[in-house]
Amino acid sequence: MANLLELNNVSKVYTRGLINAHATVALQNFSLELKEDEPTILTVAGESGSGKTTLAMLLLGFITATTGQIIYKGKNIVSLHGDDRMAYRREVQAVFQDPFAVFNPFYTVDHLLTVPIKRFKLARTKAEARKKMDESLTAVGLRPEDVLGRFPHQLSGGQRQRINVARALLLKPRLLIADEPVSMVDASLRANILETLRNLQRDHGVSIIYITHDLTTAYHIAKSIIVLYRGGVMEAGDVDRVIKDPKHPYTKLLVDSIPWPNLDQRWGSEPIKAREGVATPGGCPFMPRCPAAMDVCKTRPPLFAIEPKHAAACYLYDKQPQVAMERLSGLLPV
Amino acid sequence: MTTLAVPTATEKSVEQPGSLQLFLRYLRRNKGLAVGLLILLGLVLFTAIGLMTINPKHAYPLSVATKKPPSLQFPFGTDFFGRDLKAAMVVGMWQTAVIGVIAGGLGTLIGVVLGFMSAYFGGKVDAIIRTVCQILTPIPVLLIQVVIAGSLDKRDVTIFTMALIVVLLAWMGPTLVIRAQVLTMKERQFVAVAKLSGVSDLGIIFKEILPNLLPFIAAAFVGQVFAAVFASFYLAVLGLGPLREPLLGNIIWAAQLQGAFFNGWWWWPIAPSVAMILILGSLALINMGLDELANPRVRRTE
Amino acid sequence: MTIDIATKTAGTSPASGTGEPVLRVEGLEVTYYTDLGRAKALDDVGFTLQSGQKLGMVGESGSGKSTMALAMMRMIKPPGRIEGGKVIVGGTDLMALDNEGMRKARLSKIAYIPQGAMNSLNPVTRIGEQMVDAIKSHISGESRSAIQDRCAHALRSVDLDPGVFRMYAHELSGGMKQRVCIAIGILLQPQVIIADEPTSALDVVTQRQVMETIDKVQDEINAAVILIGHDMGLMAQFVDQVAVMYAGRLVELASVQEMFTDPKHPYAQALISSLPSLDNKGVFQGIPGLAPSLLRLPSGCAFHPRCPHGQIELHRTVRPEPVILPGGRMVTCHLYNQEGHPRG
Repeated sequence: MANLLELNNVSKVYTRGLINAHATVALQNFSLELKEDEPTILTVAGESGSGKTTLAMLLLGFITATTGQIIYKGKNIVSLHGDDRMAYRREVQAVFQDPFAVFNPFYTVDHLLTVPIKRFKLARTKAEARKKMDESLTAVGLRPEDVLGRFPHQLSGGQRQRINVARALLLKPRLLIADEPVSMVDASLRANILETLRNLQRDHGVSIIYITHDLTTAYHIAKSIIVLYRGGVMEAGDVDRVIKDPKHPYTKLLVDSIPWPNLDQRWGSEPIKAREGVATPGGCPFMPRCPAAMDVCKTRPPLFAIEPKHAAACYLYDKQPQVAMERLSGLLPV
Repeated sequence: MTTLAVPTATEKSVEQPGSLQLFLRYLRRNKGLAVGLLILLGLVLFTAIGLMTINPKHAYPLSVATKKPPSLQFPFGTDFFGRDLKAAMVVGMWQTAVIGVIAGGLGTLIGVVLGFMSAYFGGKVDAIIRTVCQILTPIPVLLIQVVIAGSLDKRDVTIFTMALIVVLLAWMGPTLVIRAQVLTMKERQFVAVAKLSGVSDLGIIFKEILPNLLPFIAAAFVGQVFAAVFASFYLAVLGLGPLREPLLGNIIWAAQLQGAFFNGWWWWPIAPSVAMILILGSLALINMGLDELANPRVRRTE
Repeated sequence: MTIDIATKTAGTSPASGTGEPVLRVEGLEVTYYTDLGRAKALDDVGFTLQSGQKLGMVGESGSGKSTMALAMMRMIKPPGRIEGGKVIVGGTDLMALDNEGMRKARLSKIAYIPQGAMNSLNPVTRIGEQMVDAIKSHISGESRSAIQDRCAHALRSVDLDPGVFRMYAHELSGGMKQRVCIAIGILLQPQVIIADEPTSALDVVTQRQVMETIDKVQDEINAAVILIGHDMGLMAQFVDQVAVMYAGRLVELASVQEMFTDPKHPYAQALISSLPSLDNKGVFQGIPGLAPSLLRLPSGCAFHPRCPHGQIELHRTVRPEPVILPGGRMVTCHLYNQEGHPRG
């Protein structure tokens, strides 16, 4: 089975300053394989600074990797030209977090849908284009006559985000990067949008990478999960296992802090440890905040497989078999 | 009681009033812009109707009786050289408008092109353009204009050369403003989405970014016109303008030269002065009004 | 009308209890006069709160919850106008005060931490200066050392090192900035603290930290806290009572247990059933339809177009009034009469 998208040992490092060069590692040695015929929903979870946005930007080709390659259908994306590049653009799409920012305030909301139809030649006549737009808008629960022809500020945030998702439906990409698609949307609408995303994967064969810091929604929509912290993978595997039985101290802290809407599930069973010192370069990034930090953590821990589809990068599990970072995808169920 | 079922699952859309109505309502709030536009409209009408009714030859010397005070035949009076001041005003305003629009338009065009190039391509192009702007900006414009205008052969000074002199040192402002705006816009998420929708770089500049800059470009244009009209005025008042033409500044210069007030010909400098105040005042009001429009944060509650 | 909630709620502050409530809101009304028409942002809203209690206010955007906070602080700007009502804090009606009196009351009697407060910290002055400014503009005549003491005490209450006094906003993380905003809010030991979405931009761990800080701070000064938000999970973990707003009206007010186990209003019921939990993986249940525009409210009950009981003639034509149910909870719905039994 061919690979739709491959990340081979990708790192992204930002350096600041000319004299006292200060390097920030946004993403470290990240490898991932997405197969063409196995659409899946993968969640990349982490707080701000974890590298999840950097990953999204790399996948979309907005920034280039410092080391490592990103391969799309066998070709390195930096060397894509012409038709190949258009195909890559067409097949890798995104839904962003802010429902308002994606609209050009000068045009009506139709612009968001008509431009890709025209550029990717998705319709031969105006009528066909209108029909496709109507179909995708109805599929997300909007009435076309209510939203088409309006300006973005005339619609509610929920309507705007639904139009964003309708755009994704219209384009039917192979890979959809959803970067916090529901965090700026009212709770009552989240279910609708998540349902639509799940249908995209189930009925239309779209692979979705769902980027978020909200583990509650991640649990509901995804099959597999990768937990990032400061650019490194902390834990990965089947989303059920990772959230119900987290192994890495960071994941435990995350899961413990989830505000479940359930009075019997209280958060905060473990107190949050205050940060002590800075992380050693080349060591585990979570060390300064980890209640179980040991001396050996000054060297970066590899991934240890606790179950076939569940691994954590922590020396607490060093009795388990190691998993190379390149084999990360093997841990993720489809 | 009505038995019509209320449609479910929809938001009852609020009727949007027509754009003209919204514009008028906005004018009610932005009184500066409203007044400025009104005065400008009045001046334009005066000039337009004037151009159709007066005899342009009367705007030049030795065409009518001299030193006549305002009367029914000569509503603004006549001057020492035998110019019908009403004709002179009309032609003078028309010429001022030409200078303003040419210089203003040219300055804005240069600003838009250079500003866009500088912001979109960055790197060396940006460094060069930016440095040139920053070097030229502190140069005292008035002095340079006076020097240039003063050293030109009297016959070469026409209204077009005046416009060029003005543009020479006026294009930096719009360039830097447009550059700053494009730099911000470039990072906006709708540009990223446009890229994802397959739009080319050129397409992004013209179709995505440029339309959003129209308020800034309009404001820059009005600012440029203001500077051009003002410069042509003070250069002419100093006697550096095309002396034959009935430019408003010229009339005042000639009146001052002949000691109009001391000789009791009060109507001579009054008309062009009032006209100048109205022109500059209306342009300034429009400029401030557009500022408010372009900067939504300054806008009062919508 | 006002509703007194019996204070038998999940064991929170010991010092609270029966007696005169520290906050009493009655008949608050706010209207916005826009170019497109009149919008009633708050319609006859009322409730009470004892010191040490936590009230959570939930609702969709446009439901009126933020307007509620602004109205209580008398910070509604034109084209909005407070049309009526009382806000009584510790015996003083804030609506009856003159401008000077209200200015003093802000921060000293009632504090407001707005949404995105952490982004509104002045980037060019030190944190300490901003805290001192806040104190000086609301009470006068305090000595410099007394002011410094207040600031140090407030910073310690939010688990920040008093050294933060000398730092700039950009040197602090998101969570720390938010805690600075809470510290500013408690400088003058107000009786009521209103926090509008205090954790919306923060990650889950920092969110927990900030909420635990608010809890601790409340215990210390025995204030009443109103938490405005739309995250029901956060409400479940933090508050004692929940108020649900819809289209400018208070549609249900109940203790947090009652709200999560037995919501009465159909909107509240739909909200509760749409919540994800560990047991119902993969089940998505949204609320059909969209929130109404305040400029064109539906006739009768504002929720009827989206309500399963919405086709009944009474619901479509007559505005429901608040009803008190046994136990002190309140619901604004035609389905319930005075005895708390659903109508037939």
